[in-house]
Amino acid sequence: MNSGISVTKIRSFGAIYVAEARISAMLKWKSVIAIVAIGNPLFYLIAIGIGVGVLVNENSGTSGTGGVEYITFIAPALLASAAITAALDEAMFPVMEGFKWRKLFYAMNSTPITGPQIALGVFIAALARVAFTVICYWAVLIAFGVMSVEQSWDVIPVTIFAAGAFAAIIIGITAKVKNDDYFMTVLNRLIIMPMFLFSGTFFPLDSMPIYLQPIGWISPLWHSTELGRYFSYGYPLSATMLTVHFAFLLALLIGGFALANKTFTIRLTK
Amino acid sequence: MSEPLISARGLTKRYGDFTAVDAIDFDVAKGESFGLLGPNGAGKSTTMRIIAATSQRTSGTITILGRDPEEHGPQIRAHLGVVPQQDNLDTELTVTENLFIYGRYFGLSKKFIRTKIEELLEFAQLEEKRDVKVDALSGGMKRRLTIARALVSEPDILMLDEPTTGLDPQARHILWDRLFRLKELGVTLVITTHFMDEAEQLCDRLVVMDKGKIMAEGSPLELIKAYSTKEVLEVRFGSDRNKEIAPTLRAMCSRIEELPDRILMYVEDGEALLEEILNKKLHPTTSLVRRSSLEDVFLRLTGRTLIE
Ligand SMILES: Nc1ncnc2c1ncn2[C@@H]1O[C@H](COP(=O)(O)OP(=O)(O)OP(=O)(O)O)[C@@H](O)[C@H]1O
Ligand SMILES: [Mg+2]
Repeated sequence: MNSGISVTKIRSFGAIYVAEARISAMLKWKSVIAIVAIGNPLFYLIAIGIGVGVLVNENSGTSGTGGVEYITFIAPALLASAAITAALDEAMFPVMEGFKWRKLFYAMNSTPITGPQIALGVFIAALARVAFTVICYWAVLIAFGVMSVEQSWDVIPVTIFAAGAFAAIIIGITAKVKNDDYFMTVLNRLIIMPMFLFSGTFFPLDSMPIYLQPIGWISPLWHSTELGRYFSYGYPLSATMLTVHFAFLLALLIGGFALANKTFTIRLTK
Repeated sequence: MSEPLISARGLTKRYGDFTAVDAIDFDVAKGESFGLLGPNGAGKSTTMRIIAATSQRTSGTITILGRDPEEHGPQIRAHLGVVPQQDNLDTELTVTENLFIYGRYFGLSKKFIRTKIEELLEFAQLEEKRDVKVDALSGGMKRRLTIARALVSEPDILMLDEPTTGLDPQARHILWDRLFRLKELGVTLVITTHFMDEAEQLCDRLVVMDKGKIMAEGSPLELIKAYSTKEVLEVRFGSDRNKEIAPTLRAMCSRIEELPDRILMYVEDGEALLEEILNKKLHPTTSLVRRSSLEDVFLRLTGRTLIE
């Protein structure tokens, strides 16, 4: 064995090495990632600022959005969706690739790296991509005067936290997947799509019929959106609801890791 | 003898009701080159994964470097270089990036890995492909890269699961030569193969596996001595006549094997036996005298050929 190998050091930094590898794979796509991170908010701002927003405000004033401009109402929600989309990209595909498509996790696991370290490394890399996306998005919103720096900076950590929680649960769930076509279809059509439509992104959740609202309640995107509104423009939230939103996301994070650690270990030692 | 590096007793692996490895015992000494020889599905790869501390045994005991892989997986893996049967390189990264990232998993310094990469590129004869994406390499090049990758941590034990499958004859011989050199440096090799020439070339000692069990153990020479004769006479009479003539041939030597296309006759002196056959005017369409090989050992032990 090479004398430079220290198992103690690997025990502490293993996840970082995995994240390093993930990030260097991501950097192969750096221009795409950057264009999406900047282009996505630009398109939405133009479409909503010039089009939809004017229409909404002209027709119903600001009453439907709790007294703020439509763009102010929707901006934190769009930020949250962008963060969650980035989290999904960097959580689901690497795990499918790692276990199934290219079996990269088996290669990692033939070194001193363990299953839980691989899961954590994938998570850290996903968080890096989310942070990049959120910061770019936020900067565009600031540049267009949609939010103010002093009032909205804390949206950044909150939105990253929420997307991180989502990434954790996706890593855990994807690790359990054996049949991928089926999983991708179900996840996209039955979970991701409804999540984007029923999370109070484009209109307040409570303006929907009550029987549709539970979709929002279990959607990480809704919790992230509510928190984003609260932190970006002082949208009213009770202390109870604030706690509920954070607690829900924290539960996803912890549950996601518990599931991921167990599933990664089992799958890698079969 | 010093403590064996790897020691297994009653090692068993079951997948559901199916027993892939069935209560096997073996020891591997330091610096030895140890082989697992057997046909498809014998349980070679399963055994390799258990040694590599990446698959959990169902029962029995195993120690690698004196440790139980169930409790000390990372410590054991720090000493191993693993070449899996199927390459699992990151095909979207380049040759050097693959080596680099793998080295990082061992916590090696970037500086050390960069120097090591040069040595490994030379070893694998991939200098010209250093910045090429793995996707664009030939099968044999990928194989060589996987082997190079396993060496980045300077392992004490190199685990090679069918290292030369997919390599052309020249690349195989070069690889054998490289593996010899590693062995001289004191690296312990554990190799699976279903090529008997490879087993004969590379292994100091080997076990013949079939259906999860060890059928025999020894050096290639010992095995041939114990389970075969010095020479083998292969004769063909055409598929119709083979069956008809077999009883006559059976009476002429200690053991024969009837294969679908030819008959193998086990003797000490093949030429003499062939003369005898010709004298009897049996006229085989083709005949060949050769030395016994591990293939014959396998045939004797299992009644089947190694490669169908
Ligand atoms: N994950 C698994 N689940 C169920 N059965 C398995 C699994 N892995 C291996 N097996 C079975 O265990 C047996 C031994 O497989 P193994 O891969 O060890 O054979 P092998 O000797 O390496 O064969 P080959 O020469 O084809 O590589 C096979 O019958 C195989 O189907
Ligand atoms: Mg195998």
